[in-house]
Amino acid sequence: MGRQRRRDGRTLGQVGDREIARAAEAAAAKRDALAPAPLLVIAGVERRFADRRTPGVAALAGVDLAIQSGEFLTLLGPSGSGKTTLLKVVAGFEPPDKGSVALAGRDITALAPAKRNIGMVFQNYALFPHMSAAANIAFPLAMRGIPRDSIRDKVSSVLALVGLSGYGERLPRQLSGGQQQRVALARAIVFDPTLLLLDEPFGALDRKLRAQMQAEVKSLQRRLGITTLFVTHDQEEALVLSDRIAVMNAGRIAQIGAAEHLYRRPASRFVAEFVGEANLFRGRAGVIAGPAPARTVEVKLESGAAMRASLAPGDRAVHYGADLALVVRPERPRRLIAGAAFENQVAGTVAEATYLGETVRYRVTLEGGGEIVLRWPAEGERLSPGTRLELGWPASDMTAVLWA
Amino acid sequence: MSARRRDLGPLAAGALPLLFLGVLFLFPVLRLLLTSVEGGSLAAFEKAATDALYVGVLIDTVKLSLIVAAICLALAYPVAYFLATASRLWAAIGFGCLLLPFWTSILVRTYAWTIVLGRNGLVNRLLLDLGIATGPVPLLNNEIGVVVGMVHVLLPYMVFPIYAVMLRIDRDLAAAAEGLGATPWRVFTRVYFPLTLPGAFAGSVLVFVIALGFFITPAILGGGRVITIGLLIEQQVRQFLDWPFAAALSALLLAAALLIQGTFQRVLRGEARWH
Repeated sequence: MGRQRRRDGRTLGQVGDREIARAAEAAAAKRDALAPAPLLVIAGVERRFADRRTPGVAALAGVDLAIQSGEFLTLLGPSGSGKTTLLKVVAGFEPPDKGSVALAGRDITALAPAKRNIGMVFQNYALFPHMSAAANIAFPLAMRGIPRDSIRDKVSSVLALVGLSGYGERLPRQLSGGQQQRVALARAIVFDPTLLLLDEPFGALDRKLRAQMQAEVKSLQRRLGITTLFVTHDQEEALVLSDRIAVMNAGRIAQIGAAEHLYRRPASRFVAEFVGEANLFRGRAGVIAGPAPARTVEVKLESGAAMRASLAPGDRAVHYGADLALVVRPERPRRLIAGAAFENQVAGTVAEATYLGETVRYRVTLEGGGEIVLRWPAEGERLSPGTRLELGWPASDMTAVLWA
Repeated sequence: MSARRRDLGPLAAGALPLLFLGVLFLFPVLRLLLTSVEGGSLAAFEKAATDALYVGVLIDTVKLSLIVAAICLALAYPVAYFLATASRLWAAIGFGCLLLPFWTSILVRTYAWTIVLGRNGLVNRLLLDLGIATGPVPLLNNEIGVVVGMVHVLLPYMVFPIYAVMLRIDRDLAAAAEGLGATPWRVFTRVYFPLTLPGAFAGSVLVFVIALGFFITPAILGGGRVITIGLLIEQQVRQFLDWPFAAALSALLLAAALLIQGTFQRVLRGEARWH
């Protein structure tokens, strides 16, 4: 318990700037005093690939994760990062080699999937093709020995909930992709599961339908207050849906936090590059100054220029002489007007301008080598390729993480 | 231009085999079938449909084929399941065992059963030595022998359609059912088994239809005491030289096979179009 609290406190304490950090700490302390234990606690879970040809390669190399009741938590990572394996461990389809999984205070590490009371939507929905939509949804209720009359009522109310009233008698193949997904979702929530697992459920849908289903799933999740663990490799999807995101890499959780936190204060180069677009500069750490948690580091770039960046609160890995990656998001640099000065300044020439609707994306070739990507609102002044411009941003808009 | 060429290509490639089949197979079959209505008379068909003796043979043959199909189904289902779920090595071993008999002559296989099932054969020896039977059990020259031999020959025809259907079943379905609260037995009865039914149907029909026309196995293992349509046809031709009647029986057999195949195909299409 105590260990859990410390972990939560640290996670929240990392949120960006000083005030935010302080407010978060206060909130965390308050929540720790009031909040019940997390609904799902994954502790030290390790799992090696079952494949005999790659022995010793870990699919999960020690994962700790706690999900609060009612939370929508996303496991985000590239393929092979272990996110689906972790989901299968929680569902009970793959036993962990080490570690434990506890749901609602009960250790379920060795419990059969049938007894976990967890609803899951599979990537391909896994609807039973020989059963009607209604029979699919009734399945978990029938398995629980619920009387036929209440099954019928429950199925029709859930069908209405997902907007499929009148489609109950259709076979899965007679339904569109979006409708099939609604059936899969209905089947996963109809028995009031303790936890809902979603395994990349939107992958097969076209863009427009995907956005619609995301919105529906999110509003349904909010309304029912159902704790949800969602797996995706699509960072946009993760940003849209999640309360918190756990970024996974090589079988570990690289960073966990709210979307904005991950975007503004990535804890590693991997997270910086995987979540959103990132401009990276490489250099060596010089003087580290300022009071914790908002410390500033002066960095000597390979080009010889100097930059200043913020360290993530609680970051103790960065030391004098460390090999650093400096991360600045594309919307952060501002165009310098005469007289203005920033801690970080560069000059360059627009190489390419791409109109993206709300924003314009500029690729700028920097004087002294390298390039930087900018994303500015489309309403403002538009720059054409060949334009020379000077850019600047404060140290607080740039995060320093270890390059390795 | 190119479309026409594409149309003609397969035809050109298939011309020789088609000619071969047409001259050496289709023509003789049609000629034989025509024999049954020689002289514009349906007397041969009337004889086959009304004479109690021959109707009895037809019924016996159907019964025998049903029994063989049922036993094949019961044996093949677990085998197919094993092959569909086993590791690569075990599946290869299983297929080897299943296919090995295909490379052996049906005559050799059938005669081998006379050694195994005979009065002093392997099975009777075992039964006597274990004290299960007091005297030799008649396993040869009766229906038991014929059924054993036919099941042995026809088993692969049942395994493959079931195996093929099992391979196509999405593994996530079983996981999904389990996650929704189903016990392993219910995963099987409610999800897995219903999804394999089209394969079981297909295999059963295939085995049944082939069994209807079986000749060698009943001839050798039945010892003249088990008469099937196949044996009856041969008898009519060789002993009584009654070509029209043999042709009529052949026509009936062919019609039955086609009818069953046709009916079943429609059923299969209706049942298996889940995806």
